[in-house]
Amino acid sequence: MKGNEAIAHAAIRYGVDGYFGYPITPQSEVLETLEAEMPWETTGMVVLQAESEVAAINMIYGGAAAGKAVMTSSSSPGVSLKQEGISYIAAAELPALIVNVMRGGPGLGTIQPSQADYFQATKGGGHGDYHLIVLAPSSVQEMADFVALGFDLAFKYRNPAMILADGIVGQMMEKVVLPEPRPRRTQQQIEEQCSWAATGRHGRKHRNVVTSLELDPARMELNNERFQRTYAEIEANEVRFATHYTDDADYLIVAFGSVARICLKAIEEARAQGVKVGLLRPITLWPFPKAEIARLARQVKGILTVELNAGQMIDDVRLASECRVPVAHFGRMGGIVPNPAEVLDALYNHFPEAKK
Amino acid sequence: MTPEEIINPANRVYSRPRLLTEVNTHYCPGCSHGVVHRIIAELLEEMGLEDRAVGVAPVGCAVFAYNYIDVDWVEAAHGRAPAVATALNRLWPDNLVFTYQGDGDLAAIGTAETIHAANRGENIAIIFINNAIYGMTGGQMAPTTLIGQKTATTPYGRRVDLNGNPLNISDLLAQLEGTCLVTRQAVHTPAAVRKAKAAIKKAFENALAKKGTSVVEIVSTCNSGWKMTPAQSNEWMAEHMTARYPLGDLKNV
Repeated sequence: MKGNEAIAHAAIRYGVDGYFGYPITPQSEVLETLEAEMPWETTGMVVLQAESEVAAINMIYGGAAAGKAVMTSSSSPGVSLKQEGISYIAAAELPALIVNVMRGGPGLGTIQPSQADYFQATKGGGHGDYHLIVLAPSSVQEMADFVALGFDLAFKYRNPAMILADGIVGQMMEKVVLPEPRPRRTQQQIEEQCSWAATGRHGRKHRNVVTSLELDPARMELNNERFQRTYAEIEANEVRFATHYTDDADYLIVAFGSVARICLKAIEEARAQGVKVGLLRPITLWPFPKAEIARLARQVKGILTVELNAGQMIDDVRLASECRVPVAHFGRMGGIVPNPAEVLDALYNHFPEAKK
Repeated sequence: MTPEEIINPANRVYSRPRLLTEVNTHYCPGCSHGVVHRIIAELLEEMGLEDRAVGVAPVGCAVFAYNYIDVDWVEAAHGRAPAVATALNRLWPDNLVFTYQGDGDLAAIGTAETIHAANRGENIAIIFINNAIYGMTGGQMAPTTLIGQKTATTPYGRRVDLNGNPLNISDLLAQLEGTCLVTRQAVHTPAAVRKAKAAIKKAFENALAKKGTSVVEIVSTCNSGWKMTPAQSNEWMAEHMTARYPLGDLKNV
């Protein structure tokens, strides 16, 4: 099935309580699949087509504030509209899952695949000092698996998580093993797990208020410091990445999402030519695998980042490499996807000595 | 009666509702918010709803409503309360979900969320405070500001050619099939307060009975923003505001 469809099926099976979304190419299959599956008849999951991405993300805010497992999905222009709500969700320390199946921008741009929202996803996107947990799937299987991972991390840290997919993974069809269905949490489980949530008091002695507002600067700074402690804890515990052929690599390619698979093909061709290239694929874009890149930067002679953008993740790779080796970028934009031969050409162009 | 008799609880005829928290509000003396808060607190207590009521606070003067009424609350982004309430109610359908919004929140920045929540017939109660001005930010023009009314951003009075017309959003909402109650009330006299309370009670009952969206507009005063005394504000409201926003039911099915 398609990556977008896998997300919908995985959401029902995970026991998601609510999905709120608005159609936009190339991710409309998420909402379409959910409406076709009618999970309100089976698991009791609420599915609602909202009047806008703005309304949808605020429904997520409301549902998450009430302790429910809620998610939305959209694509780049729609995710821009959601940024205010995402900032509020982060500030109110609410768990939620947001899916961005990226298309090319800026503006209305193109409906073809892109990775140009890397900055937006990993550096905040909305206003204020906050971070999302950002997961980058490279296969339909990971589209399905990251629904559970995203929610588990979001609830563990009370922080919103984002699946940052590109249009290729959203539209691509692959075999997928869906997770075993599990029931939605009961009211009692929700009230135990989310003692802070606005569920209605139901006998609770105090009222719960979900807000991001604090006008006292001293108390607001304490809030900010608490957020930063959460982010530090996530950075310490939740970095995820995959490596291929890095043990003996002389050169390293860093790529995420579907592009990493194209790069792997290029690397296998390079290896057939006797050039030792390795791949590091960040699975979490935030927290970023800094330590592993720092370690590999002591081993390799050069690093190439390959992205469907003008060079965004390269900034984080450069910082992580501590400038020990040259870091170059190769990217296509406008919805163009490079083939393995182009990637290899780019590697040899930037690092001509690799070919010798 | 001696003072001792007056303070005897058995003789008390008026006191703070149990669900109105014992803190000083940040509202200006003479503002309508305090009266409406009290009505809501009384109703939640009288109707036995404190365990399943969830309020959605707006951005504007009532942003701190959650400090004053002792039930669960969610503080929404500016204008988004009906979207937040939509999810709160759909995910906990047994709860009473109400929003409390001002004219800027409901009728300017949140117009889309208001209209679409009402059009879907979400089973929520919307309490809409219309005082024709942005109180919290210092008295700027609201969508409901009257023609000729002076505000910080219409210092010479609102003009149709420059600023457009006041928006009678309740009339719009009454046209939608999703609404079951759309009514305009006030709290400037004891009689008006009693009627407003009956209207909000009906709105809560409708939400619990899943009859659709109820909207109770309270035509209100902002003596600070209007630069009048509280008494003058009530008179001005009764004379000018109700001419543009006539009191009474627009829809009650």
